Amino acid sequence: MIHSLFLINSAGDIFLEKHWKSVISRSVCDYFFEAQEKAGEPDNVPPVIRTPHHYLINIYREKIFFVSVIQTEVPPLFVIEFLHRVAEMFQDYFGESSEAAIKDNVVIVYELLEEMLDNGFPLATESNILKELIKPPTILRSVVNTITGSSNVGETLPTGQLSTIPWRRAGVKYTNNEAYFDVVEEIDAILDKSGTTVFAEIQGVIDACVKLSGMPDLTLSFMNPRLLDDVSFHPCVRFKRWESERVLSFVPPDGNFQLMSYHVSAQNLVAIPVYVKQNISFFETGSSGRLDITVGPKQTMGKTVECVLVTIHMPKVILSANLTPTQGTYTYDPVTKILMWDIGKLNHQKLPNLKGSLSLQSGAAKPEENPSLNIEFKIQQLAISGLKVNRLDMYGEKYKPFKGVKYVTKAGKFQVRT
Amino acid sequence: MSASSAFNDEKGGSSSVGEPEYGHDPASGGIFSSDYKRHDDLKEMLDSNKDSLKLEAMKRIVAMIARGKNASDLFPAVVKNVACKNIEVKKLVYVYLVRYAEEQQDLALLSISTFQRGLKDPNQLIRASALRVLSSIRVTIIVPIMMLAIKEAASDMSPYVRKTAAHAIPKLYSLDPEQKDQLIEVIEKLLADKTTLVAGSVVMAFEEVCPERIDLIHKNYRKLCNLLIDVEEWGQVVIINMLTRYARTQFLNPNINESLLEESGEKAFYGSDDEEGKEEKADAAALAKRKPYVMDPDHRLLLRNTKPLLQSRNAAVVMAVAQLYFHLAPKAEVGVIAKALVRLMRSHSEVQYVVLQNVATMTIKRRGMFEPYLKSFYIRSTDPTQIKVLKLEVLTNLANETNISTILREFQTYIKSMDKDFVAATIQAIGRCATNIGEVRDTCLNGLVQLLSNRDELVVAESVVVIKKLLQMQPEQHSDIIKHMAKLTDNIQVPMARASILWLIGEYCEHVPKIAPDVLRKMAKTFTNEEDIVKLQIINLAAKLYLTNSKQTKLLTQYVLNLAKYDQNYDIRDRARFIRQLIVPTDKSGALSKYAKKLFLALKPAPVLESPFKDRDHFQLGSLSHLLNTKAGGYQELPDWPESAPDPSVRNVELEDVISTSEGRIGLLGDWREVPEWTKCTSREKRKDKKVEKPFYSDSEGESGPTESADSESDSGSASESGSESGSGSEESGSESGSEESEEDSESEEEERDEEEEKKKRKKRPERSGSESESEEEEESESESSESESESEEESESETDSKKTKKSKKEKKEISLLDLDDFETTPIEVTPVNNFLSNSLVTDLEGLSLTDTVMNPTTIAPSGAVKTYELLHRITGEGLAVEYCFSRQPFGPDPHMVAVQIQFTNNTSSETKNLHMEEPKLLSGMRIKEFPEIEVLPPGESATVVMGIDFCDSTQAANFQLCTHTKKFFVSIQPPVGELMMPVFLTENEFKKEQGKLMGMNEITEKLTLGEKCQSDHAIVQRVTSAANVSRVPCGSDKECRFAGKTVTSGSLVLVTVVTKEERAAQLTVNCEKMVIGTMLVKDILQALTQ
Repeated sequence: MIHSLFLINSAGDIFLEKHWKSVISRSVCDYFFEAQEKAGEPDNVPPVIRTPHHYLINIYREKIFFVSVIQTEVPPLFVIEFLHRVAEMFQDYFGESSEAAIKDNVVIVYELLEEMLDNGFPLATESNILKELIKPPTILRSVVNTITGSSNVGETLPTGQLSTIPWRRAGVKYTNNEAYFDVVEEIDAILDKSGTTVFAEIQGVIDACVKLSGMPDLTLSFMNPRLLDDVSFHPCVRFKRWESERVLSFVPPDGNFQLMSYHVSAQNLVAIPVYVKQNISFFETGSSGRLDITVGPKQTMGKTVECVLVTIHMPKVILSANLTPTQGTYTYDPVTKILMWDIGKLNHQKLPNLKGSLSLQSGAAKPEENPSLNIEFKIQQLAISGLKVNRLDMYGEKYKPFKGVKYVTKAGKFQVRT
Repeated sequence: MSASSAFNDEKGGSSSVGEPEYGHDPASGGIFSSDYKRHDDLKEMLDSNKDSLKLEAMKRIVAMIARGKNASDLFPAVVKNVACKNIEVKKLVYVYLVRYAEEQQDLALLSISTFQRGLKDPNQLIRASALRVLSSIRVTIIVPIMMLAIKEAASDMSPYVRKTAAHAIPKLYSLDPEQKDQLIEVIEKLLADKTTLVAGSVVMAFEEVCPERIDLIHKNYRKLCNLLIDVEEWGQVVIINMLTRYARTQFLNPNINESLLEESGEKAFYGSDDEEGKEEKADAAALAKRKPYVMDPDHRLLLRNTKPLLQSRNAAVVMAVAQLYFHLAPKAEVGVIAKALVRLMRSHSEVQYVVLQNVATMTIKRRGMFEPYLKSFYIRSTDPTQIKVLKLEVLTNLANETNISTILREFQTYIKSMDKDFVAATIQAIGRCATNIGEVRDTCLNGLVQLLSNRDELVVAESVVVIKKLLQMQPEQHSDIIKHMAKLTDNIQVPMARASILWLIGEYCEHVPKIAPDVLRKMAKTFTNEEDIVKLQIINLAAKLYLTNSKQTKLLTQYVLNLAKYDQNYDIRDRARFIRQLIVPTDKSGALSKYAKKLFLALKPAPVLESPFKDRDHFQLGSLSHLLNTKAGGYQELPDWPESAPDPSVRNVELEDVISTSEGRIGLLGDWREVPEWTKCTSREKRKDKKVEKPFYSDSEGESGPTESADSESDSGSASESGSESGSGSEESGSESGSEESEEDSESEEEERDEEEEKKKRKKRPERSGSESESEEEEESESESSESESESEEESESETDSKKTKKSKKEKKEISLLDLDDFETTPIEVTPVNNFLSNSLVTDLEGLSLTDTVMNPTTIAPSGAVKTYELLHRITGEGLAVEYCFSRQPFGPDPHMVAVQIQFTNNTSSETKNLHMEEPKLLSGMRIKEFPEIEVLPPGESATVVMGIDFCDSTQAANFQLCTHTKKFFVSIQPPVGELMMPVFLTENEFKKEQGKLMGMNEITEKLTLGEKCQSDHAIVQRVTSAANVSRVPCGSDKECRFAGKTVTSGSLVLVTVVTKEERAAQLTVNCEKMVIGTMLVKDILQALTQ
């Protein structure tokens, strides 16, 4: 199983190492650096690297490479999934899983890693258990610790580890009992030049923030559960109930968690809330080109489209852009060749437009390819698939919780080809 | 790095943690700058007796370790603190110890005794952590100690400790492989463990230590299948992978027959490769002697129980199930995994990478599976290149006649991409589509030829290379393309492409006899300006033309060779010299020149364009070896299907075993085999239900296949308590529920021990309802402990197991034992040691009543069929004893309520006044009809009242307060499922009609073996009616007994059928619209009948 873990920042420094079995010299990372150099982009570093004696499985998150060393056969996804859990745990504890946060909390990080794996095999990966074992740092707690000399390590031993519901800790108490659910849908789409949909599907998640005392047993039902094509659940959800009744029945973990993710199949027609008219052309002679983009609302179900942002990866030969937006602001980074146009809210009356000229490297041939447009947007109070939560019931506890459901639709990987 | 900078570094690290500032006072820092001195200061801090200083020092040391700095010289100072009281210091010391023990073996030994002590600690978590650290210390000398500790821990009461023992096994094995045999014994023992907590870890140990011992799995196979859904996610992955291998050795290939028909069909269409052809022959042979394939039920069990895990949020679990289905499922069923795998494509790019690799392999074997998801593999410009290339691979594999046009259109957009590596891969992909699908070959070729005019060198070169390969397949049909390419030599400047064209012309000069010499002529003109690879190809072309058409090209060749002779590049000079010797006949030329034509114009085999993922599926999918396409260390080969199935009976667990488990440890997963078919998968649901006291399931006793709680020992305290109580002179004889025994005094003599126990359990359930959420686990482990031989030992150990909270309880209990004889004056709450994890201790203490009470014989319930349950024990009630029973009479005021008869007995010497109830706490929908207030209850007297409770057809407890004029007691009534119904009278025909309406999901059938005393019709009727309030339905057959009832609240029909068969076998069928009620009723009746 997992032998060691090295955390490497973008500068190539190994700033943390942890070994679960005997120590492996950090020189093993040289193979990784070699692969990294070959790959160029961090995205292109192969997740699994073979070295003469070990295998390196790595993930890249928040500008950090998590490089784990393994020696024998193990499913690669097992390691990858675990490393992502580690990163998520850092996020959960420190608000971000950045290098600075890890360095600042190196002792807690070390304690966490110690608890998460035993001899390279995952032991406790549930955030609720770990938080009982090792309290997350807060400003208040560090002040209190300084004064009283108490520590971040939980005095009580974690009970969740022993229970059959490892995700929930015992003895939860809140004065305000509340349960909020966010239905977040993302549209993944590829539109072609003419605006027709090549491919579109909806991926949704239900994020929950449940702060309820005791051991509540919740049931969440939908108005139209048949819509969901493929689902995956947090382990707390009783799959059989879903199979037979299409309701989500679960004892929630305490705090924030992702209850389920779902997929609305591409077979159903997916409403595309925006359209883009674009024209990017380069002149045969003279090193310049023209760009003209208009974005407008399409099927928005009467809601406003917000936070619209258009990102274009320009061809390498584009030196600069001289454009005028009718709405929002644009930036062009000549180093990364990324043009970003931040539009904001879409206005029905006056469609935002970005127009102007592009200047090319002198002497360079006109680029053959047209860059594709990546679009981001957000629509509040709308689940584009039409999914609706019917009701939330609580059993097992006597109090009346506050309940709330929020819907948001966002662009996922929304791409317009040109 | 200099010492001072190292120090600064470290200081920065520790200060930023937001620690107290000890590290920065002058004594500890700044002044001393040498390494030695600095550690001196840490040593000082470690030696101090302030925990805070120690903690600070340890934090700095751990920060050093984390950064990979050597801190080994502090070892003695650190190890001294191994017994420190402060938990965090202790933990950090453990971290340090494990890290450096290997280097400082002698000193590490100093710490061992601490852990040995820890292994005996009453608290399971401390035992576990001691074992965990002890086993992580890599010092060979302690191997015997570790072995002993592991063995002991493997039979620990606590499943958590056993889990830790399982984790320790591979550690010891890697330290000393000599121990293998002993470790296998431990593994064998732990494999038999029935808790979900242990299952994943022990299979992990099995895989690391003795993966070849597949025979150890037989007996545990079904259990593992059934537990699977409740095991934690990481354990699931390991178990599924192991079971895949197991199934390959034990079951027959489910596709053995289908593969014949389908593959031959497929071959006709897609031209499958040789290997499939071979298979086919083998299959054809098999067909001759083919028997109808019947899937082993165990094989089916595995497939069925893993399927829900496709919905896991953990990508590794989904992949594990997917590979299991790919390797084991009948072809028709494999399709289900596609959707789940496509879902994973939304995940992180690393996950995508691995999944795509596996999908690529799958698409070669089972293309149809992913065809509906074709569009999910479309490529976005933002994907990383390695993902793009893999998606392209999948798209290429998926291409067939029907979708090729869509795919090619898609490829066209990819060719315009900015990512040139990706474009090159796309061109390769087009080439492969063209070779695989004859219809589009020409289209592809034309498209590729157009690409030859691309400005990008890479694109052109790649196209030329691909065209070259395509042309090699059918050169004769494509002389026009060769001509076209010949013309391109004027324009194309990319050397690679020019070289490829020249090679083509040379190779197929016979198809273009007129153009070839002309091309050579042009090339000869520009020879000196060409790139080296082009020059080489010019020489090749010249040589080939000379051999075929020497008349026209003799002079040209001579010219070219002369030019080459004086080239700057020695490769070219060499080549020219070699060719001249070979082709130009001179007197000195040797035997070789005769064969020149054969050498140069040999027919070159067409390159095969095939997927790099072909044949990768001989590695288990999802494995590291599959990803790397080489065998990784420790990889276990996936065996081929056996020719004939090995004996399936090896997986049977002996019947005796079953009986004993169902008797003794009903709750302890003992009876997983008895769980009715369809409920097996719901175990996960049940588990949660139980834990959270969801109304439906709360008393589903004995069904709990895969549930197990780690807190099992918490309750064995109650058993020990009873034991000691009996010792202190109470009336009953060692068995834990005295009340039961005395109550049923008259019967108890004839009754067998197991029967008693069964009742005990039933009785306990409502009694302990104060802590419903935990009651299930208590019951389980209790029954276990009462069975175990070394009862007292285990009990005492387990009793001390829990934490402080528990200790406090224990103290209370002890007081109660002393004062038991005059409880009237010292009202002390006596509680069985209850689960210390329970949410609110206070309510536990208040609500619980003692299970083992000394009952007054006069309070025995009137009828044998009606059981009495205790509501309030006289000690808890300070002299007021309250019992209740379900009288099974209709409750007058409200027909939807269950009548509960309550008997109050005043054991005090004074009057109790104003007995009434207050503040019922009920779940939504439940209602209570209060009993009329009893104004006075004189000492020694009893009074009986009736109240009604509408339980809403759930076994959820009704909680309320019993109030006297002075006191209030929290009590609760929890009904067994059988009491939630009332009899209805049906005729046989009506019964059959109703039964017909309640089929499918509403019908639960279970096979059983009747208990010894329960073989007659009469006994069956009696037992069924005592378990549930139903009435008998007349029946023509004497092998069948039928009963009917309806639930009190909703009036849903409950139909029970017991069919007796040979020997003592029987079959129980329950039809009920409320499935949960039905399930629970099955359990209860099953238990009543098997005892």
